Amino acid sequence: MKLLLAYSLRNLLARRMTTVLTAGGMALVVFAFAAILMLAEGLRRTLVDSGSYDNVVVIRKSANSEIQSPVSRLEAAIVETQPEIASGPGGRPLAAREVVVLINLRKRGSQSTSNVTIRGVSEFSLALRPQIRMIAGRMPRPGLLEIMVGEGIARRFQNAGHNETLSFANREWAVVGVFDAGNTGFNSEIWGDAEQFMQAFRRQAYSSVIFRLRQPDAFAAVKTRIEGDPRLSLEAKREITYYQDQSEATATFLRILGTALTIIFSIGAVVGAMITMYAAVANRTAEIGTLRAVGFQRSAILTAFLAEALLMGLIGGAAGLALAAFLQFFTVSTTNFQTFAELAFQFRLSGEIVAEGLGFAVVMGLAGGLLPAFRAARMNIVEALREA
Amino acid sequence: MLWKLLYRNAFRHKLRALLTVCGVAVAVLAFGLLSTLVDAWYAGVSAAAANRLVIRHAISLTFSLPIAYMEKIRAVDGVKAISHMTWFGGVYIDRKNFFANFAVDPRSFLDLYPEFILPEDQRSGFLKDRRGCIVGRGLARRFGWKVGDTVPLQGTIYSGDWPMTLRGIYQGRDKSTDENQLFFHWDYLNERLKESYPRRANRAGIFVIEVAHADDAPAVAGAVDAVFKNSLAETRTETERAFQLGFVTMSEAILMAIRLVSLIIICIIMAVVANTMIMSVRERMHEFAVFKTLGYGAFHLAGLILGESLVICAAGGALGIAATFPALRILAGYVGNIFPVLDITSTTLWLDVLAAVVVALVAAAFPIRKVITVRIVDALGRVA
Repeated sequence: MKLLLAYSLRNLLARRMTTVLTAGGMALVVFAFAAILMLAEGLRRTLVDSGSYDNVVVIRKSANSEIQSPVSRLEAAIVETQPEIASGPGGRPLAAREVVVLINLRKRGSQSTSNVTIRGVSEFSLALRPQIRMIAGRMPRPGLLEIMVGEGIARRFQNAGHNETLSFANREWAVVGVFDAGNTGFNSEIWGDAEQFMQAFRRQAYSSVIFRLRQPDAFAAVKTRIEGDPRLSLEAKREITYYQDQSEATATFLRILGTALTIIFSIGAVVGAMITMYAAVANRTAEIGTLRAVGFQRSAILTAFLAEALLMGLIGGAAGLALAAFLQFFTVSTTNFQTFAELAFQFRLSGEIVAEGLGFAVVMGLAGGLLPAFRAARMNIVEALREA
Repeated sequence: MLWKLLYRNAFRHKLRALLTVCGVAVAVLAFGLLSTLVDAWYAGVSAAAANRLVIRHAISLTFSLPIAYMEKIRAVDGVKAISHMTWFGGVYIDRKNFFANFAVDPRSFLDLYPEFILPEDQRSGFLKDRRGCIVGRGLARRFGWKVGDTVPLQGTIYSGDWPMTLRGIYQGRDKSTDENQLFFHWDYLNERLKESYPRRANRAGIFVIEVAHADDAPAVAGAVDAVFKNSLAETRTETERAFQLGFVTMSEAILMAIRLVSLIIICIIMAVVANTMIMSVRERMHEFAVFKTLGYGAFHLAGLILGESLVICAAGGALGIAATFPALRILAGYVGNIFPVLDITSTTLWLDVLAAVVVALVAAAFPIRKVITVRIVDALGRVA
């Protein structure tokens, strides 16, 4: 067996150019496959990391996102009285009324604009999002025209840096702080005082109420109570589910696109592998005859050629994944179809994608090598030897 | 004669040649489909009329404008006609059945958008029925709707059930016209809002105006925005084209990825064809050595190899282009609701051809260099 593997490996090395081209083709397929899946994974992870399991988001029934969801002051007050809400400092419920709107901002160094999520927050908003950490300046003070921006926003949008002034809704807002929320959706948000925003944007209603559960398993009870309350037409979701739902459409689109493309691409690569392997078999007819003559079984020949094809696939797959791994240094920003807001995220390589990519490469190698390997195994000893 | 020689050489190794042709065909097919997909993204932009302007709230599209602005805008110099639209965001049975639906002012809307062609009786039927709606041909086919059917929409932005009666099915005037939309009476929406959410009533999402000449557009846009400067709802006016382009640039990253990927497929196939050519030439090194001995120069040898590569790529390219049309029809069945306009442009076809030629050239380059530089003695003595 070891001998056979060595034989396969040597064969690959003997015809370097052909091997490199074939494996290169497969590497590109795996690269494209991994890149698109990594994009979908990055988007999903960014949104999933935005939510906490213990937090509950309450929005209007049938609204897709906070942006479309009006929650009146009265409704917000009722939600805050639920007994399942954890207590914050001073025994007050650890809940935050927030208002979320989209504004159009100009990107740095270009004329194009993009929708940015702007979140009016209240006292406990920050306490509810432990992922967020100030990296420059301070929190905006309630009652003032002050805002703080996510690190992704500060970098990408005009006048959104620390100590600059952004103007929207007929007012000038001083950027007093920059926060880093890691790889979460909050990194692409602007935060300020909810009451100030409501006045500036002429809104009477909040968008959502977020609260922490006293016990994580109390969710079902509070959900039933809120949704059953005749005074409220609201729905409660775990924060983590809420954000997961938001990534669904775009991530699914990317996954479908990625898989469809890869299947088409792989046909090209399989054809390449098949050509190479057929040629490998044809060129070594005499060798195969000799091997059979000295006593190697048909199955051994089959294994050797299959191993060669698999090895080629693995080399291609590994090269493609290695190439794709470098993509993780890039951040892309695109509009999330569901919220209509710009979101920055990174390519993410997960174990699952590595496994899928390698598996894919192996399948391609196998598909390309199977028929030629059979041809090699079925060769007649006498005829094969005569070829030489 | 030459053609025969090239053809015979290319298909000397039948299986290999056929496989390579298939590979090229698949690559050209994928390339064509991808660029059509990218074009589909820009469908809204190409359907935009040059003399229409869109007026929206300066903060962002999610904010609406007071309907009272209509008369003020109409009074601005250069405005020929005006209408308004409101994104309704209604859902038909399930969120998966997504399509665009707008509340519009029917009469002025149909006048402003002559590309939506409606039979006269359906037009008057729609205008008369306040709970009536019209849909595009594509949408009607998708859900099997007929005129007179009830279309129950569920509101997401404006909660509640909104049943309406289908009064007409429009056709697009141009290929780029979106036939997957639903339009209904803004009055229907507004009357109910007056009762349930009075604060949200009497507002429109965007105003659309028509100017006499496309050249006047910047001046009129500036004049409209100046009217509402420093008001509670400032406006931003842009050409319909710029407005649509705004949506496209939002998903720029995904478009970039698709463009990149369609280049990758060309690279993959380049590797495959180059591989075929290298193997084919290596096996025939003896022959080339004989040619060289007979006195054929680099020009003839290169022509022979390049011609062979071109024959393979041309066959693959032709097959791929031919397959693009039925493939697109199948694709439209799956993504037709996201990309209503899937149409192959002549640019795409030319790019297909260009891609096939470039692949042929690059693939032939390696073996040509080899054949030209090899010494006759080495080539004759070589074992393939």
